[in-house]
Amino acid sequence: MSKRDTSRTMNIVRKGMGRRYRAEKRFKRIGLVAIIFSLSCLATLFISIIGNGHTAFLQTVVKMDIYLDPAEFDPESLNRADYQGTIKKALRTMFPQVTSRGDKKKLYAMISTGATFQLMDVIKQTPDLIGTTISLWVPADDDVDMFMKGYIRRDVEETDRRLNDLQISWIDALAHDGRIKKRFNTTFFTSGDSREPELAGIWGATCGSFYTLLITLLLSFPVGVAAAVYLEEFAPKNRFTDLIEVNINNLAAVPSIVFGLLGLAVFLNLFGLPRSSPLVGGLVLTLMTLPTIIIASRAALKSVPPSVREAALSVGASKTQMVSHHVLPLALPGMLTGTIIGMAQALGETAPLLMIGMVAFIVDIPGGLQDPSTVLPVQIFLWADSPERAFLEKTSAAIMVLLAFLVTMNAVAVFLRKKFERRW
Amino acid sequence: MKKVLLTVLALVFITGIGNVTAASRDYISIVGSSTVYPFATVVAEKFGKSTSYKTPKIESTGSGGGHKLFGAGVGVQHPDITNSSRRIKKSELEKNMQNGVKEVVEVKIGYDGIVIANSKKAPIFKLTRKDVFMALAANVPNPDGSETFVANPYKTWKDVNPSLPNIAIEVLGPPPTSGTRDAFVEMAMEGGGKKFEMISALEKSDGKKYTEICHTIREDGAYIEAGENDNLIVQKLDANANALGIFGFSFLDQNTDKLQGSFVDDVQPTFDAIADGSYPVSRPLFFYVKKAHVDQIPGIREFLAEFTSEQAWGDEGYLTDKGLIPMPAAERKKYKDAVKNLVPLKLSDL
Repeated sequence: MSKRDTSRTMNIVRKGMGRRYRAEKRFKRIGLVAIIFSLSCLATLFISIIGNGHTAFLQTVVKMDIYLDPAEFDPESLNRADYQGTIKKALRTMFPQVTSRGDKKKLYAMISTGATFQLMDVIKQTPDLIGTTISLWVPADDDVDMFMKGYIRRDVEETDRRLNDLQISWIDALAHDGRIKKRFNTTFFTSGDSREPELAGIWGATCGSFYTLLITLLLSFPVGVAAAVYLEEFAPKNRFTDLIEVNINNLAAVPSIVFGLLGLAVFLNLFGLPRSSPLVGGLVLTLMTLPTIIIASRAALKSVPPSVREAALSVGASKTQMVSHHVLPLALPGMLTGTIIGMAQALGETAPLLMIGMVAFIVDIPGGLQDPSTVLPVQIFLWADSPERAFLEKTSAAIMVLLAFLVTMNAVAVFLRKKFERRW
Repeated sequence: MKKVLLTVLALVFITGIGNVTAASRDYISIVGSSTVYPFATVVAEKFGKSTSYKTPKIESTGSGGGHKLFGAGVGVQHPDITNSSRRIKKSELEKNMQNGVKEVVEVKIGYDGIVIANSKKAPIFKLTRKDVFMALAANVPNPDGSETFVANPYKTWKDVNPSLPNIAIEVLGPPPTSGTRDAFVEMAMEGGGKKFEMISALEKSDGKKYTEICHTIREDGAYIEAGENDNLIVQKLDANANALGIFGFSFLDQNTDKLQGSFVDDVQPTFDAIADGSYPVSRPLFFYVKKAHVDQIPGIREFLAEFTSEQAWGDEGYLTDKGLIPMPAAERKKYKDAVKNLVPLKLSDL
């Protein structure tokens, strides 16, 4: 080009530079706005859940002095004793000025029904306490709990409140004597589901989730890895294997409730496995996570360079030896990452478990693989549907626990990937 | 490593599947209505905690789904009890008998009120069932007086009844899968529709058209299906003062600081009004027991005894605290005897 042509080109380019820089800045800004928007959505989610749920980690308890009348409690037949009556009597002793039937009913309603079972456990453990007066911190009713946490306010009209002025005056009297306090809610982490919000906990759901995920892991990992190894290393490249590959990719996109229907038809009706058990739940979730694991494992296997395979073959290893001694160990970190992500997905699933009966009210903690149980996301779903105000905070707290598990699992996956990643 | 994995897998399958054929269920399995669910779960929990039997497992499948599962047959893989927010249909009972479920005991547990509520920030509504029909039906009698039906033209409550406020009709209610919706259309809409001579004449002449007119709710946006989660309706009403919501009495009871129930036919939805029958929109709740399972699954008799005890369903019972409206004492005695003697339901009773 002549000097004039180059300088004309340079002029055109220089004039366009301003526009180009502006376009670049605009693009960067759009990217930044997108990230800020998504992070703010995430922040809103966390703030609203933590805001609603952090109070659930505290529980209101009331200190009661209970006299254990030896005439009432016979060490031989502790199951038949009138625990309810004893607690009612203790309440009347604490508030002797309460006389009318309506007021007495309101007084009894301030203490949770769980107090009777707590008292029964205490007496069964140490029967020598019969005849003495014991001091026991018992859980308060969920309305009292809501008042202490500020969800039921004093300044609302009495008829619109769940607690009337008289009950609030009793709570104030208890506070004055130091007999009412909020303490860490261990019941939330140690007990199963309940219709009384102050007695409800996530331990039953957590155990159910644990057993279900155990089955899922034990079944999906070996099968998934074996399938990936076969498809990647041993399968001949023909139309049939292409068909299999297409089907596996499709399975990963199937809506999860379809697996639930399959579980109902095959596992419950055909095989006759027990309904609502972690065994069936685990089998259904295995079917769901299998495609994820197969796809992730295949990607991991593909990433092992052919030079390693050929080197192994050239020093005399057989094909099976090459795969099991060289390729598989090198691909294992990627497979693990895929498995952990698959497990994290399975932990949060509710829809497939609906059809096999795991969406149910189950109080007892599951002891084994065949006991009826529910899982953590299902527990959240059931609590979200309950009318009691106190379940609102419990739902948010359970969501926090579930999110904590999921974040931990995904963080472990990322950590493992970073640590064992090998760049060829 | 591989051997360990294989043996663990084998063990899991053996313990899992091998036991099943010999396994007999030692807990009671209950399915059914989502309306009866809050009450059945309270009884189940109390039963589990105060006796040595395992706590019954209760699933909320809806009344229709519950009857289907219940009537599928007799055996440990089928449920023992089904809850229902409506009486069992004759067709369902016949199907049950065909499948081998020959003896079914019917137990009424109490009544449930359906309220039309709105936020306390808005003025309270005084509705009649006729207003409800005119506001929510898909097809209404032509306002010009000719004996025809037209698509619902009313846009505000004032159009329906001049004494009501001039607010756009916006009602959040249950979807067609819900038993609450079935009960609402039967009692409120049908009750209101009958006030029109044209429609009550239709009841005798063309039953199918009568049901269609009374039970079909408008789909032009005035009635919004808010899903089965009543808590969601409560939250939406709190946010939108112009909307009304349709749900069970227990949800109103738990949220009296935020919501108020509308008057229906001059009766306010209070516990007493529903209990003595003056509030028109209330329906009975039932559960059905398979007689064949009663002595096979441990604890059924004791569970029935707990459910039908005065402590549970009586006027001062703990179910009343949860929002159930108790039956009159004579009715309670009738069903308690039916349970004690396990009197099966006959097709002629329906």
